[in-house]
Amino acid sequence: MSDVLDMLTTIPFWVAVLRVATPLIFGTLGVLLCERSGVLHLGIEGLMVVGAFSGWYAVFLGAPLWGGVIAAAAVAAIFGLLHALLTVGLALSQHVAGLGLTLLGTALSYFSYRVAFPKVNTPPTITPFAEMSWLPIPVLQQQTPLTLLALLLVPLIGYGLYRTPAGLALRMVGESPQAVESQGISVAKVRTTAIVLGSALMGVAGAFLTLSAFNSFYFNMVNGRGWVCVALVVFAAWRPGKALLGALLFAFFDALQLRLQQADGGEAGGLPYQFYLMLPYLLSIAALIVASRRSATPQALMKPYIKGER
Amino acid sequence: MRLEARSHVGPHLLLIAGLASFAAVMLIAALLVAAAGAPVAQTFALLIQGAFGSVFAWSETLTRSIPLMLTGLAATVAFKARLFNIGGEGQLYGGALAAVAVGGLHDGVGLATPGPLLFTAMMAAAMLAGALLLLGPALMKLRFGVDEVVSTLLLNFIVLLGVGAMLDGAMKDPLAMGWPQSVALQPELELAKLVEKTRVHTGLLWSVGAALLLWVIMRFTTLGFDIRALGANSRAAAFAGVPVTRTVVLVALLSGGLAGLAGAIEVAGRTSYVTLDMSPGYGYSGIVIAMLAGLHPLAVVGSSVLVAGVLVGADSMSRQIGVPSYLADAVVASALLVVLVAAMLTRYRVRLDVKATA
Repeated sequence: MSDVLDMLTTIPFWVAVLRVATPLIFGTLGVLLCERSGVLHLGIEGLMVVGAFSGWYAVFLGAPLWGGVIAAAAVAAIFGLLHALLTVGLALSQHVAGLGLTLLGTALSYFSYRVAFPKVNTPPTITPFAEMSWLPIPVLQQQTPLTLLALLLVPLIGYGLYRTPAGLALRMVGESPQAVESQGISVAKVRTTAIVLGSALMGVAGAFLTLSAFNSFYFNMVNGRGWVCVALVVFAAWRPGKALLGALLFAFFDALQLRLQQADGGEAGGLPYQFYLMLPYLLSIAALIVASRRSATPQALMKPYIKGER
Repeated sequence: MRLEARSHVGPHLLLIAGLASFAAVMLIAALLVAAAGAPVAQTFALLIQGAFGSVFAWSETLTRSIPLMLTGLAATVAFKARLFNIGGEGQLYGGALAAVAVGGLHDGVGLATPGPLLFTAMMAAAMLAGALLLLGPALMKLRFGVDEVVSTLLLNFIVLLGVGAMLDGAMKDPLAMGWPQSVALQPELELAKLVEKTRVHTGLLWSVGAALLLWVIMRFTTLGFDIRALGANSRAAAFAGVPVTRTVVLVALLSGGLAGLAGAIEVAGRTSYVTLDMSPGYGYSGIVIAMLAGLHPLAVVGSSVLVAGVLVGADSMSRQIGVPSYLADAVVASALLVVLVAAMLTRYRVRLDVKATA
């Protein structure tokens, strides 16, 4: 056990924490934008797959790495537009539309991968983002630029939400769409913008997996990270700063379970490794219970707005 | 863009919506096949042949429809009450594991329990396991206001990891040469085949029976009325004296139980042991099936056979012509979205606003 405590003070451990946290930061910020405008976005799991595939495929076809990031954001944004059309334009059930989007995004990505690479046993690879070794900050210098981008987005989105008229409109739409409409602002436009931007972030979250964390596209590589982001937003009480904290906390436990598993692994009679893998998910549920006692939920979340209907 | 409620929905409108949805899904499928560089008509023909073209094709489709029907019913009853149970996948695995725990583990230990009793215990244990897996999230929703969508989704991963641990440990089949696979069910607990030399088993009767039973519950009992009232407007239902907590708990038990039963029936009818790939997302497909059926228990029978046909047909088509079988998942997902849109458009009219003069 003391070995584990020793490990907590080492740089590699915190490098791992930040690496695990990066896609969660992107994803959580994406969900946060959507939910702040009053729209649940359960398409995140699928959009992360879409981003992971399209970003990676663009780079595989010869685009620069940042071109891959932009491709991931753009393709995910198009799926976001579809989500906006379904949930804002047509006022469909946000739960079901989001799940449908996840199923569609995942299926289309897998389908495209198999069309592009019909018979490969070893997945083709690309050269991923390099570490920022030029940066004089200890843990951060072993991360890729995408992690830096994620960290910078937190204050940026915080500023945008709390210090700009557009952010005020977005938060109001999530609380009281009627009031916003009476101010001459279009609820549909604000929500659509929020969903498209949020979806683009979800795409980048997925692209981090294939362009930075790994160098190839695998089936099931997103593996529930999207759903974790949805839980983290609740934990974060819909605030960007706390979202960062939540992502880091989740990543901390994820990195910790890996170390515990390694420490435990050698001995016979240790816990099965699956119990360590469960830990972050169990903590997410526990966090939901703790967080739900507060009443920070946007008032209009999951309530479609139909003009003229009350 | 503005939505305007239609005052009257005629039968011709529903017919047009149905045909348009079908055409839209076919168009999407055709585009995907063309994108994969395959001949569209031939691919479709192979798919339909593989799903419904022979006795064997039918038998495979019906076999596949059995777990889908049960998870579809699980989603139907939950969604009808607005309890968004996305945990069908975990509940299915929980049920499968419980079934093997009761009906397989003590094999050779010498516990000679009579067949029918053990069979009943096995099915009951599976339903209980599924029910308890949904009871937790339902109580968390009632007590703390935790969104059940997120909690049931996360629970899926926890259950799957738990099943993995059991397959490596307590319930590992020592004869499986290191494959993560559970001990097998006792042979006399397995479901009989419905048709000789095929895989269709009597689980089909169970699942169709469950659909009928659920329809009767929804249509003719107080519980069914309470569920529908709760789903239509929970505040009004509470005001009118519907026991909300009790109804939500019963719905959770019913829905989780059905998904757990799906797992037990898969084990008893098809696989005879638990593996980590025994369900390629049946829990999630159940939601699609329930929505395609318009949350009507009897329509679930039809929609699950249809979805099973697309999945089985795509597998068979993929083997012959090489279009990836993920085509089926893409088609089923688009069908869900298209049908949702069509249903909305039959109830509302879309008005494209011309800029109102100020």
